[in-house]
Amino acid sequence: MSGTILRRLLSMLPVMGVVAICVFLLLHLAPGDPASIIAGENATPENIARIREQLGLDQPVWKQFLVWIAAMLHGDLGTSLFWGDTVLSLIGQRAEPTVSLALTTLAVAVFLAIAIGVLAASHAGTWIDRLVMGFAVLGFSVPVFVVGYLLIFVFAVNLKWLPVQGYSPLAEGLLPWLRNLVLPSVALGMAYVALIARITRTTMLDVLAEDYMRTARAKGVATRAMLFRHALKNAAVPIATVVGNGVALLIGGVVITETVFNIPGIGRLVVDAIARRDYPIIQGVIMVFSGVYVLVNLLVDLSYTLFDPRVRG
Amino acid sequence: MTRLRRFARRNPTIVIGAVLLAVVTVLAVAAPLVAGDPMLLKPEDRLMPPGARYWLGTDHLGRDIYARTVFGARISLVVGLSVAVLSVAIGLGIGLAAGYWRRVDALVMRFMDGMMAIPAILLAIALVSLNKASVGIVIIAITIPEVPRVVRLVRAVVLTVREMPYIEAAVSGGSRGLKIVLRHILPSTVAPLIVQATYITASAILIEAGLSFLGAGVPPEIPTWGNMIAQSRLFVVRAPWTIFAPGTALALVILAVNLVGDGLRDFLDVRLARRM
Repeated sequence: MSGTILRRLLSMLPVMGVVAICVFLLLHLAPGDPASIIAGENATPENIARIREQLGLDQPVWKQFLVWIAAMLHGDLGTSLFWGDTVLSLIGQRAEPTVSLALTTLAVAVFLAIAIGVLAASHAGTWIDRLVMGFAVLGFSVPVFVVGYLLIFVFAVNLKWLPVQGYSPLAEGLLPWLRNLVLPSVALGMAYVALIARITRTTMLDVLAEDYMRTARAKGVATRAMLFRHALKNAAVPIATVVGNGVALLIGGVVITETVFNIPGIGRLVVDAIARRDYPIIQGVIMVFSGVYVLVNLLVDLSYTLFDPRVRG
Repeated sequence: MTRLRRFARRNPTIVIGAVLLAVVTVLAVAAPLVAGDPMLLKPEDRLMPPGARYWLGTDHLGRDIYARTVFGARISLVVGLSVAVLSVAIGLGIGLAAGYWRRVDALVMRFMDGMMAIPAILLAIALVSLNKASVGIVIIAITIPEVPRVVRLVRAVVLTVREMPYIEAAVSGGSRGLKIVLRHILPSTVAPLIVQATYITASAILIEAGLSFLGAGVPPEIPTWGNMIAQSRLFVVRAPWTIFAPGTALALVILAVNLVGDGLRDFLDVRLARRM
């Protein structure tokens, strides 16, 4: 078992290597001198020279890459051009809101999606099924920021149930923290729920058609036990795969959700960096987010062994 | 006529989606005829609610939201279609090569795995932020993260098809590599690619709007749905129509494309094409 984990961990390396190469090359594929692009239109020659030196752009490209990779392996994601702090410490300062938002959304969305997916499959062809599938198409089509503003307008502005925008740190109390997270989580989770509910329904329908399900029903297993203990377990692998791949939706959505709800997280950090062309921040956040995505999918891969003994070995 | 009607009855989602898209396309093409000037500033008419004079109201600069929404459809459609065509063309080439010539396969697929690990919207942000914002750059920036998805799909098709007896027959009949790929393998990729292309169109329209919304997309003076929402952000409480008109348009168009995609998926019986 530990051998499997080690092997899978090692398989992350080439993927992250390619991510690093892409992120590094981005800066150099842009036409023109990266230093003057970053400095902006009204930059003085000194300004450009300073940026060139700070980013090591005066070195040959292969040397820049080696220096950059070596720093990255030591946990050094570079230094922000605007803030002057290291990118890693800036990400650290902004991590709490983003992690709170992403984790609460992930947890609630997965449970909700699997529940309605199973519900739709067990009522296939009825209005319940059609309702769930209709929601799935809709949830996938309405952009995060449109859902976000709709929620703000209805639940914060008109009904005044929840705060309009902002974030309250967990240290200042559980309730304000939760109240501030409800609307952003719903907006962020919508597409994710749609995606997982859809795959849950499809795989459950396949599993329910199997002979052993008929046997279970014939020997008198209660419907709920049949659905959740027998069928869902056999449908788990494809669902887990989509849960993992779908994290990309959450990561991309976080950036937009934080802007809509004015949450001072990593997403805001990167959006503010766009306008300032603070390229080290953009690079650093891409590396961190891609790393999280790869890690989540690694965990999903490992989870297969829990669901399916055939994968062990 | 009866055949068309039968098709419509069996595939209602395709028809609903296609009709919606046709209406939007006509409006977008005929924008100057059916709507006023989307750039015209009328400070005395700012933040007017929807009414007889301005069907969908005006924004904080007194611009006509109906006109801006209609013109905004142009950018969404152009970006959606261009990204779909470009990413399918590039992905098809790479995918055929990777699937058929095993020597390049491992290298190409590792590279694609890495690219797919980068969140599409962040990759696009990075690309746009390094260039002067323009529609062309936005199209390229959205195309690049979509390519690996097409490559994977095409490669998967090639890997199943290349083991078929008729390929063996073609090889023993003396056909060579390129001819086999183009004549005998390429046709099998068409159906899944059509479905995938519609999903890519939907995702591209979504990402373009997201980029505009974040200020990393098409220049702010061009009316796009994302730009309109971004510029109205501060007025959501006072003038919600400034956000809901472009928001509804965006959701409707993406919904229409997704409906066509789902319908085509069932109609063409494609299992490989996937969302995301």
